[in-house]
Amino acid sequence: MAAFSNAVAIVGVGETDYSRASGRTELALSLQAIRTALDDAGIEPREVDGLMKWWVDTSTEAEVAANLGIPDLAWWGEISQAGNVGAPLVAHAAAAIHAGLAKVVVIYRGVNGRSGRRYGRGDVTGQGGQGGGAFTEPHGLLTPQHGLAMVARRRMHDTGITSRHFGMQAVAQRRHANRNPRATFYDRSLSLEEHQASRLIVDPFHLFDCCLETDGGGALVLASADRARELGKPVVLIRAAAQSGPGQESPAVRGAKRLFDMAGIDRSDVDVIQIYDHFGPFVLFALEDYGFVDDAAPLVEEGGTNFDSGRLPVNTSGGHLSEAYLQGINHLIEATRQVRGESTAQVGDVRFSFCDTGIGTGSVILERGEP
Amino acid sequence: MSAWRFERPPDLPLPQPTEEAQPFFEALKEHRLVVQCCADCGMLQHPPRAMCGRCQSMAFGWAEMSGKGVVHSFVVTHQAVHPALVGYTPLATVEVELAEGPHVTSNLVDVPPEAVTIGMAVEVAFEEVAAGVVLPLFRRSATVDSAISN
Repeated sequence: MAAFSNAVAIVGVGETDYSRASGRTELALSLQAIRTALDDAGIEPREVDGLMKWWVDTSTEAEVAANLGIPDLAWWGEISQAGNVGAPLVAHAAAAIHAGLAKVVVIYRGVNGRSGRRYGRGDVTGQGGQGGGAFTEPHGLLTPQHGLAMVARRRMHDTGITSRHFGMQAVAQRRHANRNPRATFYDRSLSLEEHQASRLIVDPFHLFDCCLETDGGGALVLASADRARELGKPVVLIRAAAQSGPGQESPAVRGAKRLFDMAGIDRSDVDVIQIYDHFGPFVLFALEDYGFVDDAAPLVEEGGTNFDSGRLPVNTSGGHLSEAYLQGINHLIEATRQVRGESTAQVGDVRFSFCDTGIGTGSVILERGEP
Repeated sequence: MSAWRFERPPDLPLPQPTEEAQPFFEALKEHRLVVQCCADCGMLQHPPRAMCGRCQSMAFGWAEMSGKGVVHSFVVTHQAVHPALVGYTPLATVEVELAEGPHVTSNLVDVPPEAVTIGMAVEVAFEEVAAGVVLPLFRRSATVDSAISN
């Protein structure tokens, strides 16, 4: 175990309602989620001295600090890329606390992803033919689903995994969402046949391979492990964290080595898994790349990613496909709830909870701590 | 099917290349497909960058490609997820692995979306898509589908 391991804890989590039209600003969504997370932690806003945000988030640390009435913001930051930085933000915040640069750090994400700028339409990531887009957008690759469908198609060709396998994962996650009252698809079931019959968006992606677009907010509160033990909640320690270069070959393969080396545990020690599912097929690819399984196809054929499978429960809140598209903060919240025993699809007695927030570009392992 | 012809959505973005990417697009106007080539170690890299990722040289030439390759992967847009695509679906976009190694994104001018397959042999077909803007599109090659990409 590294010196960093288990020095810092996630002490509070919170989210807003999820909808297609929040009727609130993105700042208001973040503030509401932060207040909920601080209440959950039992920490007063004036104690917060650190803020971290997604680079694509529109609410600045200055606005958030002013609204929360933070008297002395000691540390703040953001991480570039797009949605895929949740776990890296946890790593940076934990490193700051471990290094003594801050005591209580809030990570927030508030987004009107359906009623405002829509990721699925390329509103945020489109380049108008500039930069790398000069080589792809003139040919019709205009949105995240385009580039990732290209990768998925090749992986299907190379490994033999099929759209039916993607559907099996979508069905497992929908089943989890059907237990989660916060989930967008709480009251709508999904069968494999419905997945296969759903319209193609960008072939090979069917509708139910694509994440939701959501208005909502989420927040996490981090503090030292010692502070966590004073708060009276189940203690959720950050056992390990890893980043891995975006745009490089197989980030999950390289990140997994760092992550599990730092944690000093085996894949088989992990009790529950959350994986960033902008597109469901990438959950299966990530299970392979992180080394949880050699071949994800037989795992989903046996229903092995269901929360009650006794195998490898994955995306137990419903994930981006069926709970909400909050760019990984909902995965981090769910990973925390699993350690606390508070999930709506609780996986028995969880000690180690794994969370990827970007198909390899960032991941954490959380551990239940002694009270 | 032989009459099928790719119709490019006119509202798709046109390339707005960076300075280091300019020679790629300039060569297309002369119906040459070129790839950035490190002047020191000879590595081909695409898209072009400011520095060679192998030897860190910042001196480059441009190597002319044969224009032959195979389909490495492809997608077919069925839902017009972007305004430029409205009225132009289904639309196939391909990733071509050139015989020399680099991959380029493109469209096939003579293969309908439902007939595209990985491994299909293709060759470049230059097409002026706007005044002074030539893109490297591809057509099905007369040669047998290659095993490069299989």
